[in-house]
Amino acid sequence: MEKHDGRDTGEVRFDDPWYDALASGWGELDGTGAPAPAVPSARPEHEGRAGGTADVYLEVQRSAAFQEVRSRYRRFVVPGVAVFFTWYVGYVVTATTAPGFMARPVAGAVNVAMVAGLGQFLSTFLFTWAYARHARLRRDRAALDLRWDTQELTRSVRGGER
Amino acid sequence: MTGNHQTLALLLFSAFVAVTLGITTWVSRNRHGSAEEFYVGGRLFSPMENGFAISGDYMSAASFLGVTGLIALYGYDGLLYVVGFLVAWLVVLFLVAELVRNCGRFTLADVVAARMNERPVRIAAGTSSVTVSVLYLVAQMVGAGSLVALLLGGSSEAARNWTVIGVGALMVIYVSLGGMRATTWIQIVKAVLLLSGSIVLTVLVLVRFHGDVNELLRSAAERSGHGDAFLAPGLKYGGDWTARFDFISLGLALVLGTAGLPHILSRFYTVPTARAARRSVVWSIGLIGGFYLMTIVLGFGAAAIVGPETVRGANAAGNTAVPLLALDLGGGANSAGGTVLFAVVAAIAFATILAVVAGITLASSASVAHDLYASMRRRHAKPRSEVAVARTAAVGIGVVAIALGLLARDLNVAFLVGLAFAVAASANLPVLLYSLFWRSFTTRGAVWAVYGGLVPALLLVLLSPVVSGSPDSLFPSVDFQYFPLQNPGLVSIPLGFLAGWLGTVTSAEPPDEAKHAETEVRSLTGAGAV
Repeated sequence: MEKHDGRDTGEVRFDDPWYDALASGWGELDGTGAPAPAVPSARPEHEGRAGGTADVYLEVQRSAAFQEVRSRYRRFVVPGVAVFFTWYVGYVVTATTAPGFMARPVAGAVNVAMVAGLGQFLSTFLFTWAYARHARLRRDRAALDLRWDTQELTRSVRGGER
Repeated sequence: MTGNHQTLALLLFSAFVAVTLGITTWVSRNRHGSAEEFYVGGRLFSPMENGFAISGDYMSAASFLGVTGLIALYGYDGLLYVVGFLVAWLVVLFLVAELVRNCGRFTLADVVAARMNERPVRIAAGTSSVTVSVLYLVAQMVGAGSLVALLLGGSSEAARNWTVIGVGALMVIYVSLGGMRATTWIQIVKAVLLLSGSIVLTVLVLVRFHGDVNELLRSAAERSGHGDAFLAPGLKYGGDWTARFDFISLGLALVLGTAGLPHILSRFYTVPTARAARRSVVWSIGLIGGFYLMTIVLGFGAAAIVGPETVRGANAAGNTAVPLLALDLGGGANSAGGTVLFAVVAAIAFATILAVVAGITLASSASVAHDLYASMRRRHAKPRSEVAVARTAAVGIGVVAIALGLLARDLNVAFLVGLAFAVAASANLPVLLYSLFWRSFTTRGAVWAVYGGLVPALLLVLLSPVVSGSPDSLFPSVDFQYFPLQNPGLVSIPLGFLAGWLGTVTSAEPPDEAKHAETEVRSLTGAGAV
């Protein structure tokens, strides 16, 4: 797996236009567009500790580093889901209960319904971009560090048991 | 249709079959028969490849034929479908893709079973996955049948039935010989073909109206005979409240169902990391969004250029609007251009059906072998034999899908897919979200969540006007219709969530904190991911 991780972070990046484009700083919590400051490592808290692999996961779950990654994920995803789901359900309910309003013309043959439908497309693209950007800048590095720490801990515990 | 159409379309289609069979042979020339290779192609695809393959899996005949047909017949109400199909991907991207990639190995049940008492959970999740897949397969088979009926002129029963059987046989060959690697490459080839075909047709439609979308919409509205009502919601789902609730039900099913489709979930395992899974989804949202924007143009184009009467005349459900549009755009029935374009589009539609069918068959055979068989056999057998079971399961699923496909052949394809989505959203999504995000979720909760969504969804379909009691039903002569809506989602999705919650709060066994910690840490960091 390690080998493919390397490939993933390295050379594939450039052929993916969704990946590096649009790094303008919009949608970023701190507004700078720079990668978020690294979170503290989970490792020092556990070094030299004995126990099964189940305990390793419990310890990591309680560590400040993991809590930080989890809350960064939730702080983005929970409001995000709430917004797009409400917007979509609102659109569907309006389309079925208020067709008169949806039929109101805007420009030429284009009516409110058309604008709302295309708005759904646009918002989907925007949400996708914002999520990918947030995950890349605010979560990826911290999650990768935690992954190594956790695997190190698991390995040392397994080694100790043998 | 003249003989030229048929010959050329069949020729192109045979070329596609030959190429895909070539791919199947080529990728399986030095296979090892490991489960890793058969189910997930060794997890070695790049995000871009997987993004194309995901969109290939998702842009089914239902979208290309069914949705464009709905737009051509009912105008804006068809467009509501594509919005649901697209927005659904945000649920997948935000809540499912990365976490599932980190926690699971091959199937949906892997994610749930990691926290729970494995056997009952696996059997439940495996059963619902297979059910969803079979429903989705039937939709594709029906699409294949109606396409051939158009191609071979009128309503040749035998030709239609033999197509369904032929498609079934081919999909079994792809899947059981080539596994995930062949299936993925077939999806990629098909996605490229489908997108190019749609681009050509869209450009031709826009050229016909001199790039004036306004003019296109106006002509469509005029030709439809409904006037401006054609461009606003309400033609199909307006009217009485039953129809309106039916649409809300469908909308919910579409947006929540995608994240529970087994063949979409299994695609995330074909890339090495969660980050790659996320980037595959971003790619596929771009491709799928672009494709659906084009289907809107094609649908209104078919209404404006071909006209709803002709579309309805060729196939009552509208499934053949796009091939007819291609015929007209190329210059009409007796021109060389029309013949070529019609044949190309028909062949692309066939390719679409074949590829989607292969993807679903693979996912459901994985559920049968990895979840059901592995839980029900007595001793641990070698992984090798699990793959053998999966290959056999592909044959069995093929037979079932062929039989149901022959039975359901007059229903609209997009509508059938709506049913599959409703079952996926009711049975698979609650259990998946609960096990990823709810600390106190228990085994009983998981089992109840699956059956509490699956059983009501299926029962409600059985009691709905789809099966009996109306002239368009599967069995019009009998009447056991007690549930007014065609799509069960509005009732069965909340029931799935409710059952999961109820099962959890009533279960005697305390939730396993350590296993929850493991799932949560693994899902967000990728530690221990395979």
